Amino acid sequence: MLEYFLPRASSFAGSIDHLFDLITYLVMFWFVLTMAFFFYVVFRFRAKPGQKAQYITGETHKQKQAVEIPHYLILLCDLAILFYTFKVWHEVKIDMPEYDEQVRVISQQWAWTFEHAGADGVLDTDDDIKLINELVLKKDTQYQYELQALDVMHSFSIPVFRLKQDAVPGRKIFGHFKPILEGEWDVQCAEMCGYGHGFMPARVKILAADEYYAWIAEHTPAHLKQDTAYANTESQLKEAPNNG
Amino acid sequence: MADTATATAGVDHHDDHGHHESFWSKYCFSTDHKIIGFQYLFTGMAMGLIGGFFSYVFRMHLAFPGSSIPFFGVVSPAAYNSLVTNHGTIMIFWVAMPVLIAALGNFLIPLMIGCDDMVFPKINRLSYQVFLLSAIVLIASFFVPQGGFGGAWTAYPPLSAESQYNGTPFGAPMWLIAVTLEIVAFLLGGINFITTVMNARAKGMKLYDIPMVVWMIVIASILFMASVGPLVAGAVMLLFDQTLGTGFFDPAAGGDPVMWQHLFWFFGHPEVYVVLLPAMGVVIEIICTFSRKKLFGYKMILYSSIGLGILSFFVWAHHQFISGVDPRATYLFTTTTLLISIPVAIMLFAMIGTLWGGSIRFTTPMLFALSFIAEFLIGGVTGIWLGSSGTDIYLHDTYFVLAHFHYTFVPIAIIGTFSAIYYWFPKMFGRHMNEFWGKIHFWGTVIPFNGIFLPLFVLGAAGQHRRIAGYTAYPDLYTENFQDLRVFATGSLIVLILFQIPFFVNFVVSLVRGRKAEANPWKANTLEWVAPSPPPHGNFGDNLPEVYRGPYEFSVEGREKDYWPQNEPETAK
Ligand code: HEM
Ligand SMILES: [Cu+2]
Ligand SMILES: [Cu+2]
Repeated sequence: MLEYFLPRASSFAGSIDHLFDLITYLVMFWFVLTMAFFFYVVFRFRAKPGQKAQYITGETHKQKQAVEIPHYLILLCDLAILFYTFKVWHEVKIDMPEYDEQVRVISQQWAWTFEHAGADGVLDTDDDIKLINELVLKKDTQYQYELQALDVMHSFSIPVFRLKQDAVPGRKIFGHFKPILEGEWDVQCAEMCGYGHGFMPARVKILAADEYYAWIAEHTPAHLKQDTAYANTESQLKEAPNNG
Repeated sequence: MADTATATAGVDHHDDHGHHESFWSKYCFSTDHKIIGFQYLFTGMAMGLIGGFFSYVFRMHLAFPGSSIPFFGVVSPAAYNSLVTNHGTIMIFWVAMPVLIAALGNFLIPLMIGCDDMVFPKINRLSYQVFLLSAIVLIASFFVPQGGFGGAWTAYPPLSAESQYNGTPFGAPMWLIAVTLEIVAFLLGGINFITTVMNARAKGMKLYDIPMVVWMIVIASILFMASVGPLVAGAVMLLFDQTLGTGFFDPAAGGDPVMWQHLFWFFGHPEVYVVLLPAMGVVIEIICTFSRKKLFGYKMILYSSIGLGILSFFVWAHHQFISGVDPRATYLFTTTTLLISIPVAIMLFAMIGTLWGGSIRFTTPMLFALSFIAEFLIGGVTGIWLGSSGTDIYLHDTYFVLAHFHYTFVPIAIIGTFSAIYYWFPKMFGRHMNEFWGKIHFWGTVIPFNGIFLPLFVLGAAGQHRRIAGYTAYPDLYTENFQDLRVFATGSLIVLILFQIPFFVNFVVSLVRGRKAEANPWKANTLEWVAPSPPPHGNFGDNLPEVYRGPYEFSVEGREKDYWPQNEPETAK
């Protein structure tokens, strides 16, 4: 259902959406049933002249079962949701796939700094590309992100990725995503971080491979370009050592 | 402590019985539980006006960003944050808590268990005085230099801990002090409720004869007292961080900011049930009376609510799935959170079971009580999307969460409160409220309420986060369709606010001119209806009632009358 509002731009967005749908079907079933029953009861047992209410304790075995049996069924639905939840949670937050690219996300009052690894695919080298409020990604590439907060809590949220992670001062938090759609969307801060919290808009841009390399080339300082063989950028990126 | 012995003894222990009291001692320094209940009720309602006004201001800002709001002006980012923060804080701590626990607990407990006053009347008075002080500190915090605190009602450090980050060097500590004082007030009140119910019940009232609303307030008080300790400790540490420069929550000084979240939510989640249970109790009393039915499964409901209370201590980290706690911990917290849907569902099913076979009268309190069931069901089921950690990754801190918890809090704090007021008004003030205007008020409250929050589910599912004053800066959020939803929500709020006018007029006019109420106008069974309306100081005079049966013996077969008061001896017809 969520794809009706927002495209699925990351590899795990589909899993989260499917979980959302599963919950929607199961919950809606019980919800509609209960509501319908409720309104039926209220209508059917409205006061009528000369008619007395029944005396029901709700303590006999049969009456208790009338409440208990639906709850065993609800419990079954809970179990189904739990099972699928664990799967999705594992995929998004526990599993750490091998990554091809790294990006560092730094939050502070009230801006985002995105450190892209640049042509060599390694962070903290001279060719890193630092941008404020602009995250540029290559489509179909497995990323690892490193999330930091410099002052207070923030939360890194990209709705089209269905991704959210709080940034905690004093910690480096690692996570992953793989963009699968080209386009440009909002990045929001999802944790109250002071006056400017409502004004921390950033954009994520997902580019096809060739556009992405052109972008890197454009942003790499001129004196570094001589050192780096741009023809091989892609193979270099793949070979980049995993320094996470 | 000397109060205990005399209060339970029951016969004219109040030195002020016979003689005439001054207005001052009667209404301001009274130890009468009913007056203290009214003090809580009116203070809570006044704070509700403030919290409601705040929601009007920021909802107007969300519908018409940047424009000047009537009665307020242009909403700055700092003002927006402070309005949201204090709206949330006020609604939880200064509206829901005082009205549902303190006002109802004070007014109802001694009347419903058939005694003349609380066991510790002076502690009771102190409780209200501390509460009033806390409200004054909170309101004062809006007017200090740099304004009131704006770091959200959850007050996560380091933002809340350091004025260099939050910008409110006075507002933040005052906010914290106010919340702490409020907690102290409720600790004092809670001791009283529990002790009174355990020790001062009418002769013959066994545990299973206690009316459900009394049980619920007692369980809620126990929950509150058991969960609030860590928060008080945390609040003191946070206050030290703010004012003395300690670093309990500052990573640079070796502290841990996530620790506060644990302390806060260890209290914060049970707190939801602290206000939910009394509202459920109110609804139970009302649906039994107006469907003329025995409560379906008294023990089942009682044990479910105790189970709910215990389970509620093991779910707190569902507010922290993505906050940097060990990701494996969510397996546990998702499981407990989904499990907690079971006792809540049992209680709702039992309420519907009570209606089955009844003879339902649609009085104003009954309409509110029935709508509580329907609306709270929406709040309850939407919790499943959030309790599942997988979907919470996406939904956390969006308007989906916001709509979800308002679908629990508004039924609790607004619908529950109104049903209680309409139901007990004749007992409280000896007069009836007008039914016609009550029903207008009912429809004018419940329909726009859905108009406010249903659109917000959609906005949340579409990715709008909460506490965002400047959503116009986000192209994906600032679209025409979404803006229509925001305007619709705000328009509904305006309608809702306008329909509160008939309520206030009805309330005030009924106080002085309403139809006189007899002792038991609804033909109910519980003991408060034995006392005159309104009950005098000391409640039952010299003859404290004696109890012969449970509180819900309606429509017993073979009896002429369809109700059977708890205090009526077996032989009477
Ligand atoms: C019908 C009247 C109400 C309306 C229109 C309303 C509206 C809102 C809105 C729009 C927000 C979020 C603003 C934002 O995040 O940008 C909010 C926050 C909140 N509301 Fe309400 N609300 C109402 C009643 C209540 C009640 C009765 C309670 C509780 C008993 C409550 C508790 C809260 C809390 C705890 C927050 C979160 C504050 C924070 O984020 O720090 N509200 N309300
Ligand atoms: Cu923020
Ligand atoms: Cu919770």
